[in-house]
Amino acid sequence: MYRWIQQFGSPKYFYDISLVVSKWIGVICLICFIAGLYGGLVIAPPDYQQGDSYRIIYIHVPASWMSLFVYMILAISGAITLIWRIKIADFVARSSAIIGASFTFLALATGAIWGKPMWGTYWVWDARLTSELILLFLYLGYIALQSSFEDRRVGARAGAILALIGVINIPIIHYSVEWWSTLHQGPTISKLDAPSIHYSMLIPLLLMAIAYKTFYIYTLLINIRSEIIESEYNATWVKKMIGD
Amino acid sequence: MLFENFFSMGGYGIYVWSAYAITFIVLILNLFFTIKREKKILRNYKKK
Amino acid sequence: MFEYINIFCTLLKRDLVIAIRDKTDFINSLTFFVIIIFLFPLTYGTDSELIMKFTPGMIWISALLATCLSLEGVFRSDFEDGTIEQLTLSRYPLTLISSAKIMAHWIIYSAPLIVISLFMSLILSLPTNVIMVLFITLLLGTPILSLIGSIMVVLTVGLRGSMLLSLLILPLSMPILIFSILAINNAAINQSTSAEIYFLGGMLVLAITLAPIATAAALRVRMS
Repeated sequence: MYRWIQQFGSPKYFYDISLVVSKWIGVICLICFIAGLYGGLVIAPPDYQQGDSYRIIYIHVPASWMSLFVYMILAISGAITLIWRIKIADFVARSSAIIGASFTFLALATGAIWGKPMWGTYWVWDARLTSELILLFLYLGYIALQSSFEDRRVGARAGAILALIGVINIPIIHYSVEWWSTLHQGPTISKLDAPSIHYSMLIPLLLMAIAYKTFYIYTLLINIRSEIIESEYNATWVKKMIGD
Repeated sequence: MLFENFFSMGGYGIYVWSAYAITFIVLILNLFFTIKREKKILRNYKKK
Repeated sequence: MFEYINIFCTLLKRDLVIAIRDKTDFINSLTFFVIIIFLFPLTYGTDSELIMKFTPGMIWISALLATCLSLEGVFRSDFEDGTIEQLTLSRYPLTLISSAKIMAHWIIYSAPLIVISLFMSLILSLPTNVIMVLFITLLLGTPILSLIGSIMVVLTVGLRGSMLLSLLILPLSMPILIFSILAINNAAINQSTSAEIYFLGGMLVLAITLAPIATAAALRVRMS
């Protein structure tokens, strides 16, 4: 097991695999995006309560799922950086921060735009919105903190501590809708066997979720490759591979 | 007629389309800067 | 065990003695706090009803800002003259050292701030039950601020720009602010405040347990 981790953590191995994987991931991402958008915007019927405005769900919900998912990746790779000091983990964390902040921003922005016709206001101080806003600030704080160190390794570990503290916020965001009775509606899909929406609406949503996730992985792999070349500048395998 | 319905989104067109526009701008910017960075790093490396 | 208690007390006493000898930092922090509280009413006029409504909130905001600014004081000089480095090299656990530092910060800066805010709220003639709840929330909330803040100070001390510290502390202090203000608002309309106060207490216990460990980890990162 540990050997496998080490092999996977070795930059060269990772680089070779990511070149192959990222192409396929990119293709899946594009297909799911197109299919999800077509299904969500054209095929799915209007909601009987919210009319056509509910179609924002197809970009809002995947963005907020991803904002939590990416943060968990950030925190886990932070923990790995602190404990085992595997280089790849630091690259993952570093490359996840900006895209995670983008997803969080999108979840907030599309939610605000959705809130205007539904609640009559762009912003309310409800538990879910506030905790999502804190998440955005955590991402920004992480980016600011780790980039202000001159020594990359110290920056990575300092950022990892901040990311791990911020994990407290994740269950708060997740359960805020159930713990506090607020304006934000409950989760659309809490149990997969009996979802509260119709299949013609659900399938595009799942497709969009896959599209977002593959989009994240796609950019992540490219970013990690850039980081690897930057840090392994003088390694012979880099010279050999890029040289010819 | 069908197209008009599609763009007006039952009166919610401005909200729906602005949300989609913001999403695509942010995602494409992310992709653009990521790819640009990789290309720049590779180019710099080859120069040396 | 006794040795650890001794060390804790020695460290605490050292910080307190330093603070008493050089009073400028501590007096500046309190003056800042008082000035901010008196500045707020200038922005929304002399409507006494509005002032009554906003006073607890602005006392909390001022306490938050004053804590943000004062946190660096306890750690910076020790970082600069190498005291922290000596302490990390000693054989005592880092959690013990950081707990002593955090407690010193609370006693030097936050405790006087709570006392002054009591006087301020009397001057601004808040109802007694609101003052009571304000007092309790400050008593429970400011230690959490010191605890969270100390982690962030250790992470950022000596880096360029002091804005970074506020950027890290303020978002994490939002839940404390929210629950304190909820409790105070409930008190103002004579409703039960126990739920929010229990929640604050819970957060305090969590922070006391975890923050010294995180501060110690941060110290290790900065000293490596």
